[in-house]
Formats: sequence, structure tokens, C-alpha cells
Amino acid sequence: MIISIASGKGGTGKTLVATSLALALKDEHRVQLLDCDVEEPNDHIFLKPTFTTKQSVSVPIPSVDESKCTHCGKCAEVCAYHAIAVIIDKVLVFPELCHGCGACSYLCPEKAIDEVPEEVGIVEIGNAGGMSFAQGKLNVGEAMAPPVIRKVKEHIIPDAITIIDVSPGTSCPVIEAIRGSDFCLLVTEPTPFGLNDLVLAVEAVKKLGMPCGVVLNRAGIGDGKVADYCLRKNITLLRVIPLDTEIAALYSKGIPLVEGIPEWKDSFIQLFDKIEEIANERSSIAQRQGRNR
Amino acid sequence: MKEVVLLSGKGGTGKTSIVGCFAAIAQAKVLADCDVDAADLHLILAPRTKDEHEFWSGQVASIDEGKCTECGLCQEICRFGAIADFRVDATACEGCGFCYRICPADAISMVDCLAGHWFISDTKYGSLVHARLGIAQENSGKLVAVVRKQAKALAQEQGADYIITDGPPGIGCPVISSLSGANLALLVTEPTLSGMHDLDRVLGVCQHFGVPAMVCINKYDINEDNSRQIENYCHAQGVQVAAKVPFDSVVTKALVQGLPVVEYSQGEVTEEILHLWEIVSKRLN
Repeated sequence: MIISIASGKGGTGKTLVATSLALALKDEHRVQLLDCDVEEPNDHIFLKPTFTTKQSVSVPIPSVDESKCTHCGKCAEVCAYHAIAVIIDKVLVFPELCHGCGACSYLCPEKAIDEVPEEVGIVEIGNAGGMSFAQGKLNVGEAMAPPVIRKVKEHIIPDAITIIDVSPGTSCPVIEAIRGSDFCLLVTEPTPFGLNDLVLAVEAVKKLGMPCGVVLNRAGIGDGKVADYCLRKNITLLRVIPLDTEIAALYSKGIPLVEGIPEWKDSFIQLFDKIEEIANERSSIAQRQGRNR
Repeated sequence: MKEVVLLSGKGGTGKTSIVGCFAAIAQAKVLADCDVDAADLHLILAPRTKDEHEFWSGQVASIDEGKCTECGLCQEICRFGAIADFRVDATACEGCGFCYRICPADAISMVDCLAGHWFISDTKYGSLVHARLGIAQENSGKLVAVVRKQAKALAQEQGADYIITDGPPGIGCPVISSLSGANLALLVTEPTLSGMHDLDRVLGVCQHFGVPAMVCINKYDINEDNSRQIENYCHAQGVQVAAKVPFDSVVTKALVQGLPVVEYSQGEVTEEILHLWEIVSKRLN
């Protein structure tokens, strides 16, 4: 079972929910947490994992053998990203634009292009308090998060409960992280910003055709419009976390909620039970309709 | 004309609330919202849209089932896992066109994407350039570049002194696109371990691209020990802490009313943000 934790708006409490959900479940289930917010991974601050393996993530960048190159221009013609250009008798490569699709090297009539891996980030794998943990880290100055996210997701353990912490927003890194999940948990706050971005996130999740539910964090500030929206759109409001100075203080110090206030553990277990129920219901409907999930 | 871009690394630290205040305080400026996949600035500036433009960018592959011989070559060469069972997953396709070029049956075509929209709007505080990335679309960095280019053209046309840009969270493609060539980055952080960790990474991006940075600690009083640590860290990095804004529920109350805080309350938050703009504008000149 794969549960991704997304939000649209940043700073609504994804990391709080992901770490506490994983910790609440780890005694009874095989749990793994994957931090796919590779631009700003924060779960490690709360879980203090021990890393046992480190992998480099690279994008294959073209490297041209000038002795074979006839400067025919085919590579530049086929590159959709303008990452390779031929200027009279020189080939210029712009690695920061290259997606590593491999078209130029495959289609070069002289077989003059090799691909050389260029590191864009790393993946660290280890354990945290009895659960499996992995995180991706995009190198500072690099633009493309999706290859790092794909690499983190290679570590998904098939029969475990996998919790994926996702970056804010609704663009490619978010889609890459949540694709393939059984359920997407959307964490938001009861403010106009929280609502605006929740609506965008719901649309993105719907486009991927997966069930979702909402956790409303910092309830007590703002207004009641997020709850109204959920009701109107028939999206289950799964859990409410109040605005509370003690919760905020724990977060600021990097202490998981279920460790700082153990009474919250049951609440996260119930949250999981409800998610499982919705996801199973959805999958049995899908089976009845004979669709491949 | 000078451009300041607000970034944070971590999301939800208060970038947009502060840009909203700068909108109300600063004279002769153009505003730009570069958080194109979760834009919120319009919620406090009440824009009236003057011009709406389509943003076409990138392509996705499409397989003609009638022509496809199911040879599987496309699936084999696609590095993005975007083709399965002879169908393209448009949300995974990165538009490289490799499959289209090698399909022996000529069954694949590349289709242009309407990747979003961008707008030029009037607000009571001045012009705003903003955008909306299409759901699950790529190319957020390119849309950011369009927003900044339009904001610059508008600022030149109006003879504006400043461009004030609300940036996205993170450190990747849209952040780099928001930052490159700006005169100053104002990094809004909060005194949590997450906020501090993310500040370090986004400051690294500023240094990498040679853009000078300043820091604003928002909600500094939720953990004063951490705030002191941020000040020490900034001192060691040679980065000025331009303001320390206290936590106050008045910020959310103003937001619910759709107003910049400085127009809603005369309290300490307002004073500190007025002071912050003074320091930022001085630094820009």
C-alpha cells in the first residue's frame, strides 16, 4: 500500500503528518518512509535515520567524439530541449538543459555520441527506529528533481506500507512523486491560500485517477471554507489537527508529534485505517469494473 | 529598475504575505507572481485581469492505434517510463520525441501542449503579472521566465523603480528560473529546524548563481533559540538579517479579509515589515 502525502501549498504540515503516520504504524506493520521532497527533504530531521547506503543519481549527458563527428547537425535537430547545438565545426552541449532522453546518441549517423553520467543528486537509504527510510537530495544548483524522485521510488518495498513525502506545488516533481500511489493524503490549512492550493492539488490527483482525502492542520485560524469545499466536493476530511503552541514548538525542535504527545498515536492509526478502507473500496470497485489498476 | 525576488526553500514561511505588504508599501513597482503552480498572491491583491495569454510549451507523444504494429520499440527506448501497453502516459512523457523519430510504423505524432496561462492585471497597488500552470504540466521554469520577462517589459514601459517577485518554494527548476539575474534575493525563513535546513540550501542556490541575499526571520518568537542560531548562521555566512517579524494571528485574519497585513493592522508585524522594505529598497539602490 502506497500513501503519498501532498499539499499544494507549502508549510501546511506534510512532514509532520508523514513522520507521525509512519511512526504510529511501525510497531504493528512493516513501514517505510520515502522522502521524495528532494529539493528540501526534512523527514530526516525528525527521524534521525542511520544511512547504510548512498547512491548517486545522474542524468546521461551526451559527449561528442570530435574525431568521428561530421557536424551534420542531426543531434541538434532531434533535441527537443536545445541542449546540443552545432556551430559550423563545433558541437556545444548544455548539460543543464539535457533531460537525458538518449535521442541524440541513438540517432547520430556516425555513432559519434556517447553518454556520460552527470550527477544531479543523491539517494540515501537506511533505517529510522525500526523502519526503512530513504530520501533523495537534489544537488544545490541543479534544476531537475524528477530523476532523483524516480531513483528514490526504486526502493519501494512491495508488501510494506510505503509513505511518500511529496514536495509542495502541483507540477512535475509532485506528479512524479505521487504517481502509482494507492491513496493521496492532502494536508492543508484553513486559510484562503490553503484552500486555493488544495483545489489545484485535488485536480492534479484526480488527473492521476487516485483516491484522496484531506488532513486539516492548524484548525482554529482562518475560516471554514476548506471544510465547506470538502463537503461540497465529497472529499473526506480525515483528520483535524488544531492550531496549538505545543505542537508548533515540537515541530520547531524537530520532534515528531506522536513522540512529543503520545496521545496522538491512536489518532494516526485511525487515520491509516480510514485510508485503507477508502483505498480498498476504490480498488474493489475498479476490479468489479474489470479495469487494470 | 531593480528586481527583488522572495524565496524560502521551505514552503509556507510567509513569502506571499510579505510580497502583499511590499505591494502596499512600495512606490513605482511592478509585481510578479512566479509561484506558477500554486499562485496565491492574487488572493490578497484583488487583481482585475486586463490581458490573458495562452502558454504553449513542450509536446507529448501520441500513438495512432490504427498504425501501431505493437513492435514495442518505443517502450524499450523511452527513458521516462511514459509508454506502457502501446499507450502514452501524458503525465510522464517529457516530450523528447525520441519515440516519434524511431517508430518504424510512423504511428507516433508529437502534440503541442497548452501548458498554462499568464495574465497581466491591474491592482490598486499597481500592475501584477501572474500565471497558472496547467494541471500536471511540465515547464514551470519556462512559464516563470515568461512572467519575469513580461514584468520587466511592463516595468520599463511604466518607468517603474522596482520589480517585486514572489518566488516558489524549493530549490529546483522554477526557483532557478525566478532567481537568475535578479538584483537581490530576500530569503524568508522561520525558526524551525526544517526552515533552517532549507534556508541553508536555498542560500546555496543564491551563492551558486551569484545573486546577493538577505534574510527575514518570520514568526521569530515561536522559537527564540532557533532564531538566535539563524542569526549566528547568517553572520557566519556574511548575510544580513534584515528583519525579525513576530508571530501574530493578525496575519491570518488579514489574509481571510483578502488584505495585506499592513493595511489591516498597525501592530508590531506591520511596523517590522515597513522597516524591512526600507532596508530592502535601500540595499537595491
